[in-house]
Amino acid sequence: MNQLIIVIATIVLAPIAGGLLFGIDRRITARLQGRFGPPILQPFYDFFKLMGKESIAVSKMQFVWIYAYLVLMIASLLCLVLQSDFLVLVFLLGFAGVSLVLGGFSTKSPYSHFGANRELLQILAYEPVLLLLAIAIYAQNGTFLISMIVSNQQPLLLSLWPLFIAVLYVLTIKMRKSPFDISTSHHAHQEIVKGITTEYSGPFLALYELAEWYEIVLVLGVIVLFWANPLWIGLLIAFAAFLLELVVDNITARMTARWMVRLSWSVGLILGILNIAYLYIMKGVF
Amino acid sequence: MGLIKKSRVKSPWIMHFDNSSCNGCDIEVLACLTPLYDVERFGIVNMGNPKHADVLLITGPVNRRTARVLRNLYEQVPNPKMVIAVGTCASSGGVFHNCYNVLGGVDKVIPVDVYVPGCAARPEAIIDGVVMALQSLTEQRHLWVTCPHCNLEHEVTDQRWRI
Repeated sequence: MNQLIIVIATIVLAPIAGGLLFGIDRRITARLQGRFGPPILQPFYDFFKLMGKESIAVSKMQFVWIYAYLVLMIASLLCLVLQSDFLVLVFLLGFAGVSLVLGGFSTKSPYSHFGANRELLQILAYEPVLLLLAIAIYAQNGTFLISMIVSNQQPLLLSLWPLFIAVLYVLTIKMRKSPFDISTSHHAHQEIVKGITTEYSGPFLALYELAEWYEIVLVLGVIVLFWANPLWIGLLIAFAAFLLELVVDNITARMTARWMVRLSWSVGLILGILNIAYLYIMKGVF
Repeated sequence: MGLIKKSRVKSPWIMHFDNSSCNGCDIEVLACLTPLYDVERFGIVNMGNPKHADVLLITGPVNRRTARVLRNLYEQVPNPKMVIAVGTCASSGGVFHNCYNVLGGVDKVIPVDVYVPGCAARPEAIIDGVVMALQSLTEQRHLWVTCPHCNLEHEVTDQRWRI
Protein backbone atom coordinates (compact mmCIF):
# COMPACT_ATOMS: atom_id res chain seq x y z
CA MET A 1 0.00 0.00 0.00
CA ASN A 2 2.82 2.32 0.93
CA GLN A 3 4.57 1.47 -2.34
CA LEU A 4 1.39 2.17 -4.30
CA ILE A 5 1.30 5.70 -2.86
CA ILE A 6 4.95 6.20 -3.83
CA VAL A 7 4.21 5.01 -7.39
CA ILE A 8 1.23 7.34 -7.82
CA ALA A 9 3.07 10.27 -6.25
CA THR A 10 6.04 9.71 -8.58
CA ILE A 11 3.91 9.49 -11.72
CA VAL A 12 2.10 12.72 -10.78
CA LEU A 13 4.91 14.77 -9.24
CA ALA A 14 7.87 13.83 -11.47
CA PRO A 15 6.57 15.59 -14.62
CA ILE A 16 5.71 18.69 -12.56
CA ALA A 17 9.27 18.78 -11.21
CA GLY A 18 10.72 18.04 -14.64
CA GLY A 19 8.64 20.73 -16.33
CA LEU A 20 9.66 23.29 -13.71
CA LEU A 21 13.33 22.31 -14.20
CA PHE A 22 12.97 22.89 -17.94
CA GLY A 23 11.27 26.22 -17.23
CA ILE A 24 14.17 27.25 -14.98
CA ASP A 25 16.53 26.02 -17.68
CA ARG A 26 14.95 28.25 -20.35
CA ARG A 27 14.89 31.25 -18.03
CA ILE A 28 18.52 30.89 -16.93
CA THR A 29 19.65 30.25 -20.51
CA ALA A 30 17.87 33.41 -21.62
CA ARG A 31 19.53 35.42 -18.84
CA LEU A 32 22.94 34.04 -19.78
CA GLN A 33 22.28 35.19 -23.35
CA GLY A 34 21.24 38.67 -22.20
CA ARG A 35 17.52 38.14 -22.81
CA PHE A 36 14.54 38.35 -20.47
CA GLY A 37 13.33 34.80 -21.11
CA PRO A 38 9.95 33.06 -21.01
CA PRO A 39 7.93 32.47 -17.82
CA ILE A 40 8.95 29.52 -15.63
CA LEU A 41 5.69 27.76 -16.52
CA GLN A 42 6.43 27.97 -20.26
CA PRO A 43 7.04 24.19 -20.72
CA PHE A 44 3.54 23.53 -19.34
CA TYR A 45 1.99 26.03 -21.75
CA ASP A 46 3.85 24.32 -24.59
CA PHE A 47 2.66 20.93 -23.36
CA PHE A 48 -1.03 21.85 -23.11
CA LYS A 49 -0.96 23.69 -26.41
CA LEU A 50 0.49 20.61 -28.11
CA MET A 51 -2.17 18.43 -26.44
CA GLY A 52 -4.86 20.58 -28.08
CA LYS A 53 -3.40 20.33 -31.56
CA GLU A 54 -4.36 18.04 -34.38
CA SER A 55 -2.21 14.91 -34.66
CA ILE A 56 -0.97 14.09 -38.12
CA ALA A 57 -0.07 10.42 -38.58
CA VAL A 58 2.88 9.76 -40.83
CA SER A 59 3.22 6.16 -39.69
CA LYS A 60 1.12 4.44 -37.05
CA MET A 61 4.16 2.65 -35.66
CA GLN A 62 5.84 5.81 -34.42
CA PHE A 63 2.92 6.35 -32.02
CA VAL A 64 3.47 2.87 -30.55
CA TRP A 65 7.15 3.65 -30.05
CA ILE A 66 6.56 7.04 -28.45
CA TYR A 67 4.17 5.40 -25.97
CA ALA A 68 6.82 2.72 -25.34
CA TYR A 69 9.41 5.44 -24.75
CA LEU A 70 7.17 7.13 -22.19
CA VAL A 71 6.12 3.94 -20.39
CA LEU A 72 9.67 2.55 -20.20
CA MET A 73 10.96 5.88 -18.94
CA ILE A 74 8.30 5.86 -16.19
CA ALA A 75 9.17 2.22 -15.38
CA SER A 76 12.83 3.14 -15.12
CA LEU A 77 12.00 6.02 -12.79
CA LEU A 78 9.81 3.74 -10.68
CA CYS A 79 12.80 1.39 -10.35
CA LEU A 80 14.65 4.29 -8.79
CA VAL A 81 11.98 5.52 -6.37
CA LEU A 82 10.99 1.99 -5.28
CA GLN A 83 14.70 1.41 -4.55
CA SER A 84 14.87 -1.72 -6.64
CA ASP A 85 17.70 -3.01 -8.83
CA PHE A 86 20.06 -0.44 -10.38
CA LEU A 87 20.95 -2.78 -13.24
CA VAL A 88 17.26 -3.12 -14.21
CA LEU A 89 17.03 0.69 -14.19
CA VAL A 90 19.93 0.93 -16.65
CA PHE A 91 18.41 -1.68 -18.97
CA LEU A 92 14.96 -0.06 -18.88
CA LEU A 93 16.57 3.28 -19.70
CA GLY A 94 18.37 1.60 -22.59
CA PHE A 95 15.11 0.10 -23.88
CA ALA A 96 13.44 3.51 -23.62
CA GLY A 97 16.20 5.03 -25.74
CA VAL A 98 15.90 2.24 -28.29
CA SER A 99 12.13 2.77 -28.58
CA LEU A 100 12.72 6.42 -29.36
CA VAL A 101 15.24 5.40 -32.04
CA LEU A 102 12.77 2.90 -33.54
CA GLY A 103 10.13 5.63 -33.52
CA GLY A 104 12.50 7.78 -35.54
CA PHE A 105 13.20 4.95 -37.98
CA SER A 106 9.52 4.06 -38.45
CA THR A 107 8.91 7.00 -40.79
CA LYS A 108 10.37 7.64 -44.21
CA SER A 109 11.63 11.13 -43.46
CA PRO A 110 15.41 11.42 -43.93
CA TYR A 111 15.56 14.03 -41.14
CA SER A 112 13.95 11.61 -38.74
CA HIS A 113 16.44 8.94 -39.82
CA PHE A 114 19.34 11.34 -39.27
CA GLY A 115 18.07 12.04 -35.78
CA ALA A 116 17.55 8.34 -35.03
CA ASN A 117 21.08 7.47 -36.18
CA ARG A 118 22.48 10.20 -33.98
CA GLU A 119 20.33 9.11 -31.05
CA LEU A 120 21.82 5.61 -31.49
CA LEU A 121 25.28 7.15 -31.24
CA GLN A 122 24.20 8.95 -28.08
CA ILE A 123 23.01 5.67 -26.55
CA LEU A 124 26.35 4.17 -27.58
CA ALA A 125 28.10 7.00 -25.77
CA TYR A 126 26.26 6.96 -22.43
CA GLU A 127 25.09 3.38 -21.91
CA PRO A 128 28.56 1.87 -21.16
CA VAL A 129 29.18 4.55 -18.54
CA LEU A 130 25.92 3.71 -16.76
CA LEU A 131 26.77 -0.01 -16.91
CA LEU A 132 30.18 0.72 -15.37
CA LEU A 133 28.39 2.71 -12.67
CA ALA A 134 26.24 -0.34 -11.94
CA ILE A 135 29.36 -2.52 -11.70
CA ALA A 136 31.06 0.01 -9.44
CA ILE A 137 27.99 0.09 -7.18
CA TYR A 138 28.20 -3.70 -7.02
CA ALA A 139 31.91 -3.53 -6.21
CA GLN A 140 31.19 -1.04 -3.43
CA ASN A 141 28.07 -2.54 -1.86
CA GLY A 142 28.10 -6.16 -3.00
CA THR A 143 24.61 -5.73 -4.47
CA PHE A 144 22.85 -3.83 -7.26
CA LEU A 145 19.97 -2.87 -4.96
CA ILE A 146 19.33 0.87 -4.68
CA SER A 147 17.88 0.34 -1.18
CA MET A 148 21.38 -0.68 -0.04
CA ILE A 149 22.86 2.52 -1.50
CA VAL A 150 20.26 4.58 0.34
CA SER A 151 20.71 2.79 3.66
CA ASN A 152 24.52 2.77 3.43
CA GLN A 153 26.02 5.39 5.76
CA GLN A 154 29.09 5.99 3.60
CA PRO A 155 28.14 8.03 0.49
CA LEU A 156 29.11 6.68 -2.92
CA LEU A 157 30.67 9.98 -4.00
CA LEU A 158 33.74 9.51 -1.77
CA SER A 159 34.85 6.31 -3.47
CA LEU A 160 33.17 6.78 -6.84
CA TRP A 161 34.09 10.38 -7.65
CA PRO A 162 35.75 9.51 -11.02
CA LEU A 163 32.49 7.87 -12.10
CA PHE A 164 30.60 10.93 -10.88
CA ILE A 165 32.52 13.00 -13.44
CA ALA A 166 31.64 10.41 -16.09
CA VAL A 167 27.96 10.58 -15.07
CA LEU A 168 28.04 14.36 -15.57
CA TYR A 169 28.83 13.60 -19.22
CA VAL A 170 25.84 11.27 -19.28
CA LEU A 171 23.70 14.08 -17.84
CA THR A 172 24.73 16.39 -20.69
CA ILE A 173 24.00 13.72 -23.29
CA LYS A 174 20.65 12.78 -21.74
CA MET A 175 19.54 16.40 -21.34
CA ARG A 176 20.48 16.95 -25.00
CA LYS A 177 22.56 19.97 -24.16
CA SER A 178 25.56 21.45 -25.95
CA PRO A 179 28.13 20.13 -26.82
CA PHE A 180 26.15 16.89 -27.09
CA ASP A 181 22.79 18.08 -28.47
CA ILE A 182 23.22 16.18 -31.69
CA SER A 183 20.06 14.08 -32.09
CA THR A 184 17.73 16.98 -31.40
CA SER A 185 18.44 20.35 -29.89
CA HIS A 186 16.71 22.74 -27.51
CA HIS A 187 18.21 25.80 -29.12
CA ALA A 188 18.83 25.26 -32.81
CA HIS A 189 15.23 24.72 -33.84
CA GLN A 190 16.09 24.74 -37.51
CA GLU A 191 18.98 22.28 -37.23
CA ILE A 192 18.49 19.31 -39.62
CA VAL A 193 14.85 20.33 -39.23
CA LYS A 194 14.32 18.89 -35.74
CA GLY A 195 16.24 15.65 -35.59
CA ILE A 196 14.45 12.66 -34.15
CA THR A 197 11.27 14.61 -33.31
CA THR A 198 10.76 15.85 -36.89
CA GLU A 199 7.81 13.59 -37.67
CA TYR A 200 6.02 13.98 -34.32
CA SER A 201 3.34 16.62 -34.16
CA GLY A 202 0.65 17.75 -31.76
CA PRO A 203 -0.20 15.41 -28.84
CA PHE A 204 2.57 12.97 -29.69
CA LEU A 205 5.19 15.69 -29.51
CA ALA A 206 3.65 16.52 -26.12
CA LEU A 207 4.15 12.89 -25.06
CA TYR A 208 7.79 13.16 -26.11
CA GLU A 209 8.18 16.28 -23.96
CA LEU A 210 6.48 14.51 -21.06
CA ALA A 211 8.95 11.62 -21.39
CA GLU A 212 11.80 14.15 -21.39
CA TRP A 213 10.51 15.56 -18.08
CA TYR A 214 10.53 12.08 -16.55
CA GLU A 215 13.98 11.55 -18.05
CA ILE A 216 15.55 14.62 -16.44
CA VAL A 217 14.10 13.65 -13.05
CA LEU A 218 15.48 10.14 -13.52
CA VAL A 219 18.99 11.24 -14.51
CA LEU A 220 19.14 13.79 -11.68
CA GLY A 221 17.84 11.01 -9.38
CA VAL A 222 20.80 8.84 -10.40
CA ILE A 223 23.07 11.73 -9.40
CA VAL A 224 21.26 11.98 -6.04
CA LEU A 225 22.28 8.34 -5.41
CA PHE A 226 25.89 9.49 -5.09
CA TRP A 227 24.99 11.03 -1.73
CA ALA A 228 21.70 9.42 -0.82
CA ASN A 229 22.18 9.52 2.96
CA PRO A 230 21.23 12.19 4.07
CA LEU A 231 19.07 12.85 1.04
CA TRP A 232 19.18 16.66 1.04
CA ILE A 233 22.94 16.72 0.28
CA GLY A 234 22.26 14.50 -2.72
CA LEU A 235 19.47 16.81 -3.88
CA LEU A 236 21.80 19.81 -3.54
CA ILE A 237 24.49 18.02 -5.56
CA ALA A 238 21.96 17.14 -8.26
CA PHE A 239 20.71 20.73 -8.49
CA ALA A 240 24.29 22.01 -8.62
CA ALA A 241 25.01 19.51 -11.44
CA PHE A 242 21.90 20.79 -13.25
CA LEU A 243 23.08 24.42 -12.97
CA LEU A 244 26.58 23.42 -14.10
CA GLU A 245 24.96 21.78 -17.12
CA LEU A 246 23.22 25.03 -18.07
CA VAL A 247 26.50 26.95 -17.89
CA VAL A 248 28.27 24.28 -19.97
CA ASP A 249 25.39 24.38 -22.44
CA ASN A 250 25.79 28.11 -22.97
CA ILE A 251 29.56 28.31 -23.17
CA THR A 252 30.16 25.42 -25.56
CA ALA A 253 29.36 24.86 -29.21
CA ARG A 254 27.87 21.69 -30.62
CA MET A 255 30.42 19.06 -31.62
CA THR A 256 30.13 16.18 -34.06
CA ALA A 257 28.66 12.82 -33.10
CA ARG A 258 32.00 11.06 -33.58
CA TRP A 259 33.68 13.53 -31.25
CA MET A 260 30.99 12.89 -28.65
CA VAL A 261 31.49 9.11 -28.71
CA ARG A 262 35.27 9.49 -28.64
CA LEU A 263 35.19 11.89 -25.67
CA SER A 264 32.57 9.98 -23.72
CA TRP A 265 34.42 6.69 -24.21
CA SER A 266 37.91 8.03 -23.58
CA VAL A 267 36.99 10.03 -20.47
CA GLY A 268 33.97 8.09 -19.21
CA LEU A 269 35.18 4.54 -19.79
CA ILE A 270 38.76 5.14 -18.60
CA LEU A 271 37.57 6.90 -15.44
CA GLY A 272 35.01 4.16 -14.84
CA ILE A 273 37.39 1.24 -15.40
CA LEU A 274 40.12 2.82 -13.25
CA ASN A 275 37.56 3.44 -10.54
CA ILE A 276 36.30 -0.15 -10.55
CA ALA A 277 39.86 -1.51 -10.65
CA TYR A 278 40.73 0.66 -7.65
CA LEU A 279 37.68 -0.57 -5.72
CA TYR A 280 38.58 -4.22 -6.37
CA ILE A 281 42.27 -3.68 -5.56
CA MET A 282 41.30 -2.06 -2.25
CA LYS A 283 39.15 -5.08 -1.50
CA GLY A 284 42.07 -7.37 -2.33
CA VAL A 285 40.32 -9.33 -5.08
CA PHE A 286 43.26 -9.16 -7.47
CA MET B 1 -10.93 30.38 -21.10
CA GLY B 2 -9.82 26.77 -20.96
CA LEU B 3 -6.34 25.55 -20.16
CA ILE B 4 -5.56 24.56 -23.74
CA LYS B 5 -6.89 27.83 -25.16
CA LYS B 6 -4.83 29.83 -22.69
CA SER B 7 -1.75 27.77 -23.52
CA ARG B 8 -2.27 28.41 -27.23
CA VAL B 9 -1.96 32.13 -26.65
CA LYS B 10 1.09 31.64 -24.44
CA SER B 11 3.13 29.45 -26.74
CA PRO B 12 2.93 30.25 -30.44
CA TRP B 13 5.66 28.44 -32.33
CA ILE B 14 6.56 30.18 -35.53
CA MET B 15 7.76 28.90 -38.83
CA HIS B 16 9.23 31.44 -41.17
CA PHE B 17 9.02 30.89 -44.92
CA ASP B 18 10.64 33.09 -47.52
CA ASN B 19 8.65 33.07 -50.77
CA SER B 20 10.70 35.27 -53.05
CA SER B 21 11.47 38.07 -50.66
CA CYS B 22 14.31 40.57 -51.06
CA ASN B 23 15.44 39.38 -47.55
CA GLY B 24 14.59 42.74 -45.99
CA CYS B 25 11.63 41.30 -44.08
CA ASP B 26 13.54 38.08 -43.32
CA ILE B 27 16.19 40.06 -41.50
CA GLU B 28 13.48 41.84 -39.53
CA VAL B 29 11.91 38.48 -38.59
CA LEU B 30 15.28 37.28 -37.32
CA ALA B 31 15.76 40.58 -35.49
CA CYS B 32 12.73 39.64 -33.34
CA LEU B 33 14.80 36.80 -31.86
CA THR B 34 17.64 39.03 -30.75
CA PRO B 35 18.04 40.13 -27.10
CA LEU B 36 16.63 43.58 -28.03
CA TYR B 37 13.16 42.27 -28.94
CA ASP B 38 13.43 38.73 -27.42
CA VAL B 39 10.15 37.20 -28.57
CA GLU B 40 10.79 34.14 -26.39
CA ARG B 41 9.47 36.10 -23.40
CA PHE B 42 6.03 35.65 -25.02
CA GLY B 43 6.75 31.96 -25.54
CA ILE B 44 7.35 32.54 -29.25
CA VAL B 45 9.91 30.10 -30.62
CA ASN B 46 11.21 30.04 -34.17
CA MET B 47 10.78 26.48 -35.45
CA GLY B 48 12.20 25.02 -38.62
CA ASN B 49 9.60 22.30 -38.84
CA PRO B 50 6.04 22.93 -40.11
CA LYS B 51 4.80 19.93 -38.11
CA HIS B 52 5.73 21.68 -34.85
CA ALA B 53 4.59 25.15 -35.86
CA ASP B 54 1.41 27.07 -35.02
CA VAL B 55 2.04 30.29 -36.91
CA LEU B 56 3.32 30.60 -40.45
CA LEU B 57 5.24 33.84 -40.96
CA ILE B 58 5.49 34.41 -44.70
CA THR B 59 7.59 37.04 -46.38
CA GLY B 60 7.78 38.03 -50.04
CA PRO B 61 5.38 37.76 -52.98
CA VAL B 62 4.22 34.35 -54.16
CA ASN B 63 5.65 33.33 -57.50
CA ARG B 64 4.79 30.33 -59.64
CA ARG B 65 7.61 28.26 -58.15
CA THR B 66 6.95 28.91 -54.48
CA ALA B 67 3.14 28.63 -54.63
CA ARG B 68 3.30 24.83 -54.57
CA VAL B 69 5.85 24.82 -51.73
CA LEU B 70 3.79 27.30 -49.73
CA ARG B 71 0.61 25.25 -50.07
CA ASN B 72 2.52 22.11 -49.08
CA LEU B 73 3.94 23.79 -45.97
CA TYR B 74 0.50 25.14 -45.04
CA GLU B 75 -0.98 21.66 -45.24
CA GLN B 76 1.79 20.22 -43.05
CA VAL B 77 1.03 22.59 -40.15
CA PRO B 78 -1.42 20.87 -37.79
CA ASN B 79 -4.63 22.69 -36.87
CA PRO B 80 -5.27 25.18 -35.32
CA LYS B 81 -2.92 27.28 -37.41
CA MET B 82 -2.50 30.91 -38.30
CA VAL B 83 -0.90 32.63 -41.26
CA ILE B 84 0.73 36.03 -41.05
CA ALA B 85 1.81 37.83 -44.21
CA VAL B 86 4.83 39.95 -43.28
CA GLY B 87 5.67 42.92 -45.44
CA THR B 88 4.00 44.71 -48.31
CA CYS B 89 5.07 42.09 -50.86
CA ALA B 90 3.53 39.23 -48.88
CA SER B 91 0.36 41.25 -48.34
CA SER B 92 -0.29 42.33 -51.90
CA GLY B 93 2.68 41.60 -54.14
CA GLY B 94 4.11 45.08 -53.53
CA VAL B 95 6.37 46.46 -56.21
CA PHE B 96 6.48 43.03 -57.82
CA HIS B 97 2.68 42.75 -58.24
CA ASN B 98 2.74 42.90 -62.04
CA CYS B 99 5.85 40.82 -62.67
CA TYR B 100 5.29 38.02 -65.18
CA ASN B 101 6.22 35.32 -62.64
CA VAL B 102 4.50 36.74 -59.55
CA LEU B 103 1.00 35.62 -58.55
CA GLY B 104 0.59 38.38 -55.95
CA GLY B 105 0.17 38.31 -52.19
CA VAL B 106 0.17 35.22 -50.01
CA ASP B 107 -3.64 35.26 -49.92
CA LYS B 108 -3.69 34.17 -53.56
CA VAL B 109 -2.57 30.71 -52.43
CA ILE B 110 -3.51 30.19 -48.76
CA PRO B 111 -5.89 32.00 -46.34
CA VAL B 112 -4.15 34.78 -44.40
CA ASP B 113 -5.19 35.81 -40.87
CA VAL B 114 -3.14 38.94 -40.34
CA TYR B 115 -1.39 41.29 -42.75
CA VAL B 116 1.65 43.18 -41.48
CA PRO B 117 2.46 45.86 -44.07
CA GLY B 118 5.77 47.67 -44.28
CA CYS B 119 8.84 47.68 -46.46
CA ALA B 120 10.45 46.17 -44.54
CA ALA B 121 8.00 45.42 -41.70
CA ARG B 122 9.45 46.53 -38.39
CA PRO B 123 10.07 43.91 -35.67
CA GLU B 124 7.54 45.70 -33.42
CA ALA B 125 4.92 45.40 -36.15
CA ILE B 126 5.71 41.68 -36.63
CA ILE B 127 5.35 41.00 -32.88
CA ASP B 128 2.12 43.03 -32.95
CA GLY B 129 0.88 40.91 -35.84
CA VAL B 130 1.59 37.67 -33.98
CA VAL B 131 -0.22 38.97 -30.89
CA MET B 132 -3.17 39.98 -33.05
CA ALA B 133 -3.29 36.57 -34.71
CA LEU B 134 -3.35 34.98 -31.25
CA GLN B 135 -6.33 37.10 -30.24
CA SER B 136 -8.22 35.62 -33.16
CA LEU B 137 -7.83 32.25 -31.47
CA THR B 138 -9.48 33.32 -28.23
CA GLU B 139 -12.21 35.68 -29.31
CA GLN B 140 -14.55 35.84 -32.22
CA ARG B 141 -14.35 39.39 -33.42
CA HIS B 142 -17.30 40.93 -35.23
CA LEU B 143 -16.53 43.72 -37.63
CA TRP B 144 -18.84 45.92 -39.62
CA VAL B 145 -17.43 46.68 -43.02
CA THR B 146 -18.78 48.33 -46.11
CA CYS B 147 -19.35 45.80 -48.83
CA PRO B 148 -17.65 46.87 -52.06
CA HIS B 149 -20.43 45.31 -54.16
CA CYS B 150 -23.64 46.63 -52.61
CA ASN B 151 -22.32 49.52 -50.47
CA LEU B 152 -24.18 48.22 -47.39
CA GLU B 153 -22.69 47.48 -43.99
CA HIS B 154 -22.22 43.77 -43.31
CA GLU B 155 -21.26 42.05 -40.11
CA VAL B 156 -18.13 40.03 -40.73
CA THR B 157 -17.68 37.04 -38.45
CA ASP B 158 -14.64 35.95 -40.38
CA GLN B 159 -11.59 36.01 -38.14
CA ARG B 160 -9.40 37.81 -40.62
CA TRP B 161 -8.76 41.51 -40.42
CA ARG B 162 -6.01 43.95 -41.25
CA ILE B 163 -3.81 45.98 -38.96
